[in-house]
Amino acid sequence: MGRYLNTTVAKKFAMGLSGLFLVSFLLMHVTVNFVSTVSPSVYNSLSEFMGYNFVVQLLLQPILVIGVVFHFVMGMVLEVNNRKARPIGYEKFDKSSNTTWMSRNMIITGIVILLFLGLHMYDFFFPELAYKFGNGYDAAQVPDFYTGLVAKFQDPIRVGIYVLSFVFLMLHLLHGFYGSFQSIGWGDRNSRALKGFAKWFSILVPLLFIYIALFHYFGSL
Amino acid sequence: MSVLDSKTPEGPIEKKWDNHKNNIRLVNPANKRNIDIIVVGTGLAGGSAASSLAEMGYNVKTFCYQDSPRRAHSIAAQGGINAAKDYQGDGDSNYRLFYDTAKGGDYRAREANIYRLAQVSGSIIDQCVAQGVPFAREYGGLLDNRSFGGVLVSRTFYAKGQTGQQLLLGAYGAMNRQINRGKIQSYTRHEMMDLVIVDGKARGIIARDLVTGKLERHSAHAVVIASGGYGNVYFLSTNAMGSNVMAAWRAHRRGAFFANPCFVQIHPTCIPVSGDYQSKLTLMSESLRNDGRIWVPKHKEDVEKIRNGSLKPNDLKEEDRDYYLERRYPAFGNLVPRDVASRAAKERCDAGYGVNKTGQAVFLDFASAIERYGKEKAYSEGHHNPSKEEVTRLGKEVIKAKYGNLFEMYEQITDDNPYETPMQIFPAVHYSMGGLWVDYNLQTTVPGCYAIGEANFSDHGANRLGASALMQGLADGYFVLPYTIGDYLADEIRTGPIPSDTKEFDEAEKAVREKLESLLNNNGQNSVDYYHKKLGKIMWDKVGMARNEQGLKQALQEIEELQADFKKNVRVVGKFEAKNSELEKAGRLVDYFELAKLMARDALERDESCGCHFREEHQSEDGEAKRNDEEFKYVSAWEFKGSDQDAKLHKEELEFHSIELATRSYK
Amino acid sequence: MKLFLKIWRQENAQAKGQMVDYTIDGIDPNMSFLEMLDVLNEQLVAENKEPIEFDHDCREGICGTCSLQINGQPHGPDRLTTTCQLHMRKFKDGDTIYIEPFRAKAFPVVKDLVIDRSSFERIQQAGGYVSVNTSGNTIDANTIPVDKESADTAFDSAACIGCGACVAACKNASAALFVGAKISQFANLPQGQVEATQRAINMVNQMDAEGFGSCTNTGACEIECPKGIKLTNIATMNREYIKATTKG
Repeated sequence: MGRYLNTTVAKKFAMGLSGLFLVSFLLMHVTVNFVSTVSPSVYNSLSEFMGYNFVVQLLLQPILVIGVVFHFVMGMVLEVNNRKARPIGYEKFDKSSNTTWMSRNMIITGIVILLFLGLHMYDFFFPELAYKFGNGYDAAQVPDFYTGLVAKFQDPIRVGIYVLSFVFLMLHLLHGFYGSFQSIGWGDRNSRALKGFAKWFSILVPLLFIYIALFHYFGSL
Repeated sequence: MSVLDSKTPEGPIEKKWDNHKNNIRLVNPANKRNIDIIVVGTGLAGGSAASSLAEMGYNVKTFCYQDSPRRAHSIAAQGGINAAKDYQGDGDSNYRLFYDTAKGGDYRAREANIYRLAQVSGSIIDQCVAQGVPFAREYGGLLDNRSFGGVLVSRTFYAKGQTGQQLLLGAYGAMNRQINRGKIQSYTRHEMMDLVIVDGKARGIIARDLVTGKLERHSAHAVVIASGGYGNVYFLSTNAMGSNVMAAWRAHRRGAFFANPCFVQIHPTCIPVSGDYQSKLTLMSESLRNDGRIWVPKHKEDVEKIRNGSLKPNDLKEEDRDYYLERRYPAFGNLVPRDVASRAAKERCDAGYGVNKTGQAVFLDFASAIERYGKEKAYSEGHHNPSKEEVTRLGKEVIKAKYGNLFEMYEQITDDNPYETPMQIFPAVHYSMGGLWVDYNLQTTVPGCYAIGEANFSDHGANRLGASALMQGLADGYFVLPYTIGDYLADEIRTGPIPSDTKEFDEAEKAVREKLESLLNNNGQNSVDYYHKKLGKIMWDKVGMARNEQGLKQALQEIEELQADFKKNVRVVGKFEAKNSELEKAGRLVDYFELAKLMARDALERDESCGCHFREEHQSEDGEAKRNDEEFKYVSAWEFKGSDQDAKLHKEELEFHSIELATRSYK
Repeated sequence: MKLFLKIWRQENAQAKGQMVDYTIDGIDPNMSFLEMLDVLNEQLVAENKEPIEFDHDCREGICGTCSLQINGQPHGPDRLTTTCQLHMRKFKDGDTIYIEPFRAKAFPVVKDLVIDRSSFERIQQAGGYVSVNTSGNTIDANTIPVDKESADTAFDSAACIGCGACVAACKNASAALFVGAKISQFANLPQGQVEATQRAINMVNQMDAEGFGSCTNTGACEIECPKGIKLTNIATMNREYIKATTKG
């Protein structure tokens, strides 16, 4: 792998690809979640499929984990390298005159999202490990995913953390989604349409997540 | 016979170059590996020569004072490059390009050289396109041409307003390829301080590393001077701040004759000086004169009001304006050649009609062009009775499409909006036709020392046509020097490496060191620029656009006095062995003083008016230049004789067999 | 105008530098920024002090020699402008102005405000050209037509003046815009195709070897570029590079 990732351009290409992969995962995730606001039973069957399907669990899930870890590790490697590129800084550096806050702070928004992922795993992934991988499929053990979901959104602090994290996700995507296209060498083609799409996607998807969290919080009051 | 042997080959003019190439000696590829060549300057001429010589197998060292070869001042050329390709099918030919160049130069250049220039011009375009130079193209994908002043065909190739930049980057790329191969060693931030002569031949240079300040010795079998022109002797010019004559002048002091030093082109459309702090002048493309009308007020009281701001130029009535070019030259009007337009502006300003605070500016007015274009456009859009506002709006649109970037640049520098108020312009020093004398092989009078590009006395005679400087630089560097230098180097194949620990190098290095140390230890009270500005003023006033015997004699005396004062009272701060821009400037100014005197002497000697050189004694009743072919149809070549006063004049008589000498008229 | 200047002074590459305060009076708003520094230097010479070294040459915005980080921005507050074309009327009487060298590991300071940009040279030497020997017998210039759009796009990339403002503006000190511009110029011309693979790989490798950071698409370079070189050049470079690695 090292041979293919030996330059910054190649590393950025990999960052872009893994980013786009994660974006596609987000789209799938938000779709399933949104179903929960419409039909609890469909949501349950979708969750059951996801939770027990061999391909999803043993193939796609590891790829996803690798994708997240790779995106994060590569991001840190590049960040360290970039910091080394200017050992003596400016007395005065007017960065806000030519760049957005989002573009300059991908590492911060990224770390917040990573922390959130920790919480998310704690909430949903780890508790499910036992029955998913314990004794194989047992219909009697399949939980009511919907009820579990609603239960998680009863704590206003947790809901607050969720909402805030998705704001950070929005900030991360607002710069990162289109940037991914740039990094994989698509930025010079059709860029206006692509830019518009990336921007609206980056705003709408996190808003949907927020909506879903608030829906369940307020819906159960 | 004169000591000057031009080595012009025999035969009909169109066969001379081919005959010459067939007959000169060559160096075989194995031997080229044993020969070192130094190229000083990396603009179009130096860059193209260095890369071509390295491709052929010679070991090349290049020197430039800039931090990269790409920054040489060729980069600032805007308009384009001429070539007799006849892509437009408008009857262009090598002969026509030759004819235009010879006539434009007022018949003061060598016929055979000009013809060769025209012959190789087409290959330049082929070469540059192959290098990936992005010339402007038509929709069909073929190369586009524009027309330029002084000619009847469209033969100018261009890349927007940055042709010089693109051509230079092409040559720079070719150099980079050879640097990567190890065939060129590029010394940047290095300045040539002296030429080293061993047994009568150029054998190397003394260079100063401008970062460490240390002196270095570099030896070679031949030295090529491609260091550009000397317009900065006037302090204010369109040249880069660092452009200087040191390399050429040091070669002159070591025996290379200096030719036609008084031929300096003054460009009519530059942004005027705005104050004493001014460091350099900016050119506005000549194309503006196609649509702008040049004027000053008729009455002195209006001049005063405009100067103090109580009267806006737009409010001055038509009948109170003096469109002096249209008045004096009804046939050509605002489109007279550069030298004529420049002199006419000077004449009005000298008479007290200059329109800015310093009295050194005239108006270039686009109001009537805006109105004319506006009406045309309104008509073509179907408005046969447009309002005044509409006409103005449409007219501005047309002007913006044609000259938008120039107008923006003007506004950026002056803070005046030229769409609303007339531009102010004034002539400025731009290009030097004079330079080191060279023969047909581009060799100076020092064996092994060559001069190419603006640094030689070139093919432009007494006046250069637009878009010809780039052509000459690249012709010399790509297609002439690489062949002709072999004729000399064929004798050097057994010489072996040139040692640099000989007494000649010792002596040259010592002299440079002493010169710089004496400047540093002078402990005077005036800065280098203080003197340079004064020298520039003398040159501009008395050896500038118009010259006369009395003024030139005064100039000689004033320069002498200023030079003496400089030697006594200049203050150069900083250290020898360090980056020290004050010391760099001082070293260059030392040579400018000497050159300035030679320019004045040459101007005095040439007792005729020709091209850029206008002697007030030699003009017709209505102020036109009078050339004197009987007595002055020669190249003046000055030999250095130990001190700057004793230079000796040699004359190379010019012969014209393929063109008839005629008088220029623009009435 | 009276101005308070804070200027980076550094004896040489090895020395430690610091910001030094200067006060300058009588500045004409029509002066260029560099002429203002000329005035300051004349003042320093009169006081028998060493003037401030700064890079400059053509003073008409095309040679790319001048640099300077002015109040935190390369070439100062004006857009599409080099420092030599920046004029003092953009500042107000009594302003404090920070003047620093372009900062990057690959642009070490030579003295005061002068920097060493030879890293750019080495990147160009690695492949910024078409390998064609000088010959009076290359094919005629009109043999290969080039569509106008490609020719114009190539020109827009080739307009880069190599000043380094892109590096100076970038929070990562990345040279992607500079390298991208050269690679794009040739990618858009038929003459550039033959060596496209080696060019992309060699130039990118050299860029990394010089210690520039990576591009994080912040776009600062595009905004600060005095010649308006577009960010799309970087995408082109990325694509050309990926194409090259999958081929080579």
